[in-house]
Amino acid sequence: MAVISYREALNQAMREEMERDPNVFIMGEEVGYYNGAYKVTQGLLQRFSERRIIDAPIAEMGFAGIGVGAAMVGLRPIIEFMTFNFSLVAIDQIVNNAAKIYQMSGGQFHVPIVFRGPGGPAVQVGSQHSQALESYYAHVPGLKVVMPSTASDAKGLLKSAIRDDNPVVFIEGETLYGSTWEVPDAGAGDFLIPIGKADIKREGSDITLIAWSKMVWTCLDAAKLLAAQGIECEVVDPRTLRPLDVETLTASVKKTGRCVIVEVGWPVAGFGAEVAYQIQRHCMDALDAPVERVTSDDVPMPYAKNLEDEVQPQVHDVVAAVRRALYLPEEG
Amino acid sequence: MKLCGGAIGTSRHGQVASQACFGYGRAVVSASIPTPDSVRVEPDNPHEAVETTIEELAPLYRQMLAIRRMEEASAKAYSQGKIGGFLHLIIGQEAVCVGAIAALKPDDYVVATYRDHGHAYAKGSSSRAILAELYGKKTGLVRGLGGSMHLFDSKTNFLGGYGIVGGHTPIAAGAAFASKYRGDGRATLCFFGEGASTIGGFAEGVALAALWKLPLVLICENNQYSMGTPLYRSLAVEDVSLRAIAHGMARDRFDGDDVVKVKRRIAEAVERARTTSEPTLIEVVTYRFRGHSMSDPGLYRTKDEVEEWKRRDPLTRSRQQLVDLGMEGGALDALEADVKAEIEDAVKFAEDSPAADDYRSYVIKE
Repeated sequence: MAVISYREALNQAMREEMERDPNVFIMGEEVGYYNGAYKVTQGLLQRFSERRIIDAPIAEMGFAGIGVGAAMVGLRPIIEFMTFNFSLVAIDQIVNNAAKIYQMSGGQFHVPIVFRGPGGPAVQVGSQHSQALESYYAHVPGLKVVMPSTASDAKGLLKSAIRDDNPVVFIEGETLYGSTWEVPDAGAGDFLIPIGKADIKREGSDITLIAWSKMVWTCLDAAKLLAAQGIECEVVDPRTLRPLDVETLTASVKKTGRCVIVEVGWPVAGFGAEVAYQIQRHCMDALDAPVERVTSDDVPMPYAKNLEDEVQPQVHDVVAAVRRALYLPEEG
Repeated sequence: MKLCGGAIGTSRHGQVASQACFGYGRAVVSASIPTPDSVRVEPDNPHEAVETTIEELAPLYRQMLAIRRMEEASAKAYSQGKIGGFLHLIIGQEAVCVGAIAALKPDDYVVATYRDHGHAYAKGSSSRAILAELYGKKTGLVRGLGGSMHLFDSKTNFLGGYGIVGGHTPIAAGAAFASKYRGDGRATLCFFGEGASTIGGFAEGVALAALWKLPLVLICENNQYSMGTPLYRSLAVEDVSLRAIAHGMARDRFDGDDVVKVKRRIAEAVERARTTSEPTLIEVVTYRFRGHSMSDPGLYRTKDEVEEWKRRDPLTRSRQQLVDLGMEGGALDALEADVKAEIEDAVKFAEDSPAADDYRSYVIKE
């Protein structure tokens, strides 16, 4: 095992899969000579040449669609969006084509493609660059939606996504690229994490916190604080929003009897609402309190740092929600 | 690696990349960007005869006739409530898809719009499977899941009919990209209407095909109306092929009445795609005799205009050509009777087929 960054883990995953399968290629803005806007594709051009690492001009609709067409005839494209905010100008290709071609063709054509890149708010980049769009994609049958929170999950899940025969929307945490985690050594055999399997990031008996991507880290920090108050949180990371591992999530809630769902997206029709539905549907008899949700405020992201922090879920917001679910008074 | 012709990869710093064949970008050009065939844009004399033979023309005429009879049968079934949803007929435009696809080999790819019955048939799908699909039956080309607008056939390399106007252009560029990536020598045809030329997906697909020199032939079936809106109210310049110039891309433009002419001119572009991996943007001028879809009575155009175009019916023209070439009346009658029997059989097949019964199996591939 080695401790490596999330960025390096993604790079390893793509490098290994490209070594393994000549049909895999990467296309996107600045992925080649620039080594990626976030340096995730660092060094891949030198290794795989312009044939397989393709710098695209600013035309997301165009190159996302080229990926779909190439996938239909047997290639395995990795389409990098510089950020998922820009995927909105390509959403026709993802939703109307990638997600539907297997169905529309009656199973004759399938689309093994990965759309990947950073998503969720970074730091002070304003409302157009600070969106968590996973709920958009998780809404669509025919897609898989993966959101790793750690370097280990990033590597194992990206490798699985590249090998998957379906379109996978793979949203990386924009603020997680420098985060580190233990990952099996490169070359120590295939390290694959199955898509659709949740992971318990911290075990606990009093309450279940469900979160994905960077909110897993917020929940782990909150769990540490709460442990000092004698409250043991179980932090469950679905890792994949579609398909959702309802079984692991509900097993945890049946054990703890309480649940807080934390997401960095907006509250209305956010994915956490679906998770809350699943929890109440399957855990009604086990619940000792209403399911809580912690989300960003229902506003476009402001620029000023103090306002931006106020909008997004913070550790103290999670702590407060947990205490509400335990019918404990507010702190202090 | 045989498709590299002229496409030299260059880095942003200007040096030639080590793998000269790839790098999809253009060669560095200093002054003028060549636009092959850019002179060839005047609409041809519609009376100009393209030399052909009975052996070449008769099968093309048969395909066009079968498509027309299939479309007529669809219209009838639609009016009887046996076909639902949207139904866009290609009657009047048959020479374009039939002529263009006749220029291909079976391995080549075709991508089409929602007006796709003719294209699927010309690429080799059976009238039985197409009509059964329109009827929403289990035996349909795509198991009753796609319907009129979404025909696909992996056996014939027909990559689909698409309902979001222009959004399929990048998909066609993607199939062409795959051919260049593999060096498999295939060409891709992408059909679209002139109405698609104003949307972003089209613009981006064309720009990338030109930049990366993809073996793609873009065929604008200009039928004069974007649904109910005539050319002069939808395009600042009423010649879609002119967009090629801005991309340093080959172009062509001609009338689509003569199926053999369509075949010859598209073949030139297909050859260019195969040999030098260069895309071509082509406008074929045509006309649909029916409304945009079955719900459209076509009140935005005059009866005289429609009648004028019907005098240029590509089927009438090809039939007369066959007579002029000396095809015997008996042989022509036999061909037409054969088509009639084929479509009657296809209608019966569609009517008798079991209803579609599975909508869950083809969402996620296991």
